Amino acid sequence: MVDVVFQSTRVAESRRAGKSLKVALQRKSTIAFLMTLPLILLIALLVLYPAIYAVHLATLNKAMTKFVGLGNFEFLFKRETFWMVVEQSCIFAITAVIFKALIGFIVAHFAHNIPTKKQRKWRGMLLVPWVIPPAMSTLAWLWLFDPSYSAFNYTLGFFGIGPISWLGEVGWARFSVILVNVWYGAPFFMIMYLAALKSVPEQLYEAAAIDGANWWQRIWYVTLPMMRNIIAITTLFSLIVTFANFDITRILTAGGPLDHTHIFATWAFRVGIEGSDIPLGASVSLFMAPILAIAAVFILRDISKRGNEA
Amino acid sequence: MSSLAIDKAGPRRKVKYGSMSRDRVWALRWSYFFLALFAIFSLVPPIYMLITSLKSSAEISAATNPWWVYHPTLENYIALLTSNQFLRFFWNSAWVSIIVVAVTMLISVPAAFALARMKFWGSATLATGVFLTYLIPDSLLFIPLFKMFALFGDWTGIPLINHWYVLLLVYPTLTVPFCTWIMIGYFASIPKELDEAALIDGASWLQTLTRIFIPVALPGLIAATIFAFTVSWAQFLYPLVFTTSTDQLVMPVGIITSLIKGDVFNWGQIMTGALLGAAPPLLIYAFLMDYYIAGLTAGATKG
Amino acid sequence: MADVSLRKVVKRYDDVEAVRGIDLDIADHEFVVLVGPSGCGKSTTLRMIAGLEDITDGDIVIGGDVVNDVPPKDRDIAMVFQNYALYPHMTVAENMSFALRLKHFPKGEIKSRVDEAARMLDISDLIDRKPKQLSGGQRQRVAMGRAIVRHPKVFLFDEPLSNLDAKLRVQMRIEIKKVHQKVRTTTVYVTHDQVEAMTLADRVVVMNKGRIEQIGTPNELYHKPATRFVAGFIGSPAMNFLPCRLEDAGGRLNIRLTDRLSFPLPPQRAARYQNVPRNDKLLLGIRPEHLTETSAHLESGVEPFDAVLDVTEPMGMETLVYFTLEGNQVCGRVSPGAGARDGAPLRLAVDLNNMHLLNEGTGAVL
Repeated sequence: MVDVVFQSTRVAESRRAGKSLKVALQRKSTIAFLMTLPLILLIALLVLYPAIYAVHLATLNKAMTKFVGLGNFEFLFKRETFWMVVEQSCIFAITAVIFKALIGFIVAHFAHNIPTKKQRKWRGMLLVPWVIPPAMSTLAWLWLFDPSYSAFNYTLGFFGIGPISWLGEVGWARFSVILVNVWYGAPFFMIMYLAALKSVPEQLYEAAAIDGANWWQRIWYVTLPMMRNIIAITTLFSLIVTFANFDITRILTAGGPLDHTHIFATWAFRVGIEGSDIPLGASVSLFMAPILAIAAVFILRDISKRGNEA
Repeated sequence: MSSLAIDKAGPRRKVKYGSMSRDRVWALRWSYFFLALFAIFSLVPPIYMLITSLKSSAEISAATNPWWVYHPTLENYIALLTSNQFLRFFWNSAWVSIIVVAVTMLISVPAAFALARMKFWGSATLATGVFLTYLIPDSLLFIPLFKMFALFGDWTGIPLINHWYVLLLVYPTLTVPFCTWIMIGYFASIPKELDEAALIDGASWLQTLTRIFIPVALPGLIAATIFAFTVSWAQFLYPLVFTTSTDQLVMPVGIITSLIKGDVFNWGQIMTGALLGAAPPLLIYAFLMDYYIAGLTAGATKG
Repeated sequence: MADVSLRKVVKRYDDVEAVRGIDLDIADHEFVVLVGPSGCGKSTTLRMIAGLEDITDGDIVIGGDVVNDVPPKDRDIAMVFQNYALYPHMTVAENMSFALRLKHFPKGEIKSRVDEAARMLDISDLIDRKPKQLSGGQRQRVAMGRAIVRHPKVFLFDEPLSNLDAKLRVQMRIEIKKVHQKVRTTTVYVTHDQVEAMTLADRVVVMNKGRIEQIGTPNELYHKPATRFVAGFIGSPAMNFLPCRLEDAGGRLNIRLTDRLSFPLPPQRAARYQNVPRNDKLLLGIRPEHLTETSAHLESGVEPFDAVLDVTEPMGMETLVYFTLEGNQVCGRVSPGAGARDGAPLRLAVDLNNMHLLNEGTGAVL
């Protein structure tokens, strides 16, 4: 009998202690929340809010005094420059990404072929474009393309090819901008693909070789399917980043000649900051949003697919 | 009576020994050839930067062979390294980058720990959400941020525009999401039993983070730090928008706007400036290449 | 006092009940083993005792205090994990002293405890190494050392030997027993290996599908299983179960296995099973060691019969023989010289003094 009484007091004490410990247990999620709070605040205040604010700004007039609804957008649709920007942004982004992916893939293959010990050295050299801040390296390209002193023109001169106006002629300017972007971005693809190539089991290639596949078939039937996920993710990522690119175009051509190499970011800067028309600038940059949203959807799908596969 | 008579009359295939290894040797040769080609392509601009930086203005305007320095000189380097203005740029960049790295790690590491380990309501959505916001580019945000900071300056009297410390606010938006993502990957790969052992040994959540997780995930921390530093150092758009006075500029913007005076481009100095501006990331890369690359690939492959 | 009690402990995950009401009393200094197939709830139970899982219902009492809501670090327990869970960046000494350092024990005390445990486990010369420089067996010892230095009320072991190879497992089993003899701390040990259970435990708790099937000493479980599950789980090779029926023939109680095979029951058995309905479907439980070769002089209760062997497994010390009875595979143990050969007939004898009779439907041992 005494035992039972004894036990129940003990239990009662523990139950009371239990209540305040329940609070302590709750603390786990409070602690977790507090730990993520700075992150949430940062993103809410300096990413999400400005994004929404941009939409609001786009609906104002130039002096930001009254609401003009879709007036800015109407204005843009009527401007020829705007459509040039759309066209150039798409050409720029798609061409650059295709070449980056292609070159990255090819170089990764060559790097994968050589013995692992030597790979490090080559990888080191090939990644340099990615390491140099793009603003700095673009200056070098600017100098390489200089109308009077271009080192490329000097070299081409020896082959009898006339001086090319790299940045002055529309066609060449577009080419140059894409070239520099590809030079800068291909190493990223190469590193990613090299890592992915290493993860494809050697035995699959051996089985394919025994089945009679040549090198092209091995790539098509073994390598590419195994790398599908990483190819998709890197391509989507790069599309977004290239589409929103600013540095290279701004430094090389500042949008010229005659606004033919303007992409959304540079034109938004020209209109919004240099032209002091914030709402119009906001409208321009907002046009990137639909493309980014679509790409984001694809990425999300891919991630959750990969999560399921894993 | 042998049942295993070997058919000597059947056609015999001529077996070529060594043909496989010959193929391999050629494949290797072609690989090196193309790799060398691409390496040249990759290294031309920085090497050209170096070459030009060693030329005097006279040699540059003389338009001799651009690929060779006939009279190498260090005058560009001396000019820049003694120029207060240039040193100011370097100093601003260094300060901003270091502080941003510190701020980034202070925000990312606890957040990553909480998201990777302490399952709480909404943690999965938050993790994906963090990843997604990385996809909202700076070229979309710079205009509304500009207006926001201008308004903030008006309302509170604290000037943000045209002061280098405004960058301390916006740079983390570029570094924190990805660094958090990297750290989540590294923390998640630590076996769960380690937490439980620590729990039973009597560690609080904070102690588990500082005495177990951070030491074990140190490579990830280094990779994330390098990533945050390089991104901060190389940023161009935000400083271009938010800072205009010469003494507030960081390296990328400083070199471009101040060395290009009017129509006269002092290319020798520009290339020297660009090279010096590229030096810190290149040095970190040279010594810590594996961490550098780990930071890059961590996001995608561990994701 | 470090006794552990579980009272009607239940663990529910969403709709699944992993542990369905467990009552268990473990006395101070006792070595209790929870054993059962995977998914039976033994690890969950252990983790609830540790505080790593919340208890859905019921109470867990350690040393007289209800610890349901007490966090692991305040329960004064230590745990050894299957995967050792050693901190990779710390040396052996640091691993072992981590808990003590967290509680700010004086340095001298820490050193003496660590040295003592290291000596006990024979790892004194590994004190400054990192886990990755150790073998599996050494790591397991460090994990045990980490638990020992804390002088806790209860040791909890979660399948600690599962990751070791067979030979090492035997060695470590002996180590664990020696440590327990020296340190005498109450221990709760989880394993799926019934050999470990039998060799280490003071008492064994057999669990199945979230419930306790039987608690008892190894001997009790071996010779007096209460349910079919326990009878079939304990003992290797496993007990044979043959469908049978009781019948009265000529004033005696017989047990009929097949149309041709029927044995008279020994007197005490006949008395015990007198009241079992003759129509019930029953199972004869007989261990392989009680199906041996026949000999010239048979004791009472040992009945001979003929069988045609399918397969023999010569083990050196004995030979296992397998034959079929009415579609059921039966295992017996004969001596190496009994002349057992694959496919050949052999005259065997069944020792009915050691038989078990089970009700096929309920699985209860009668």
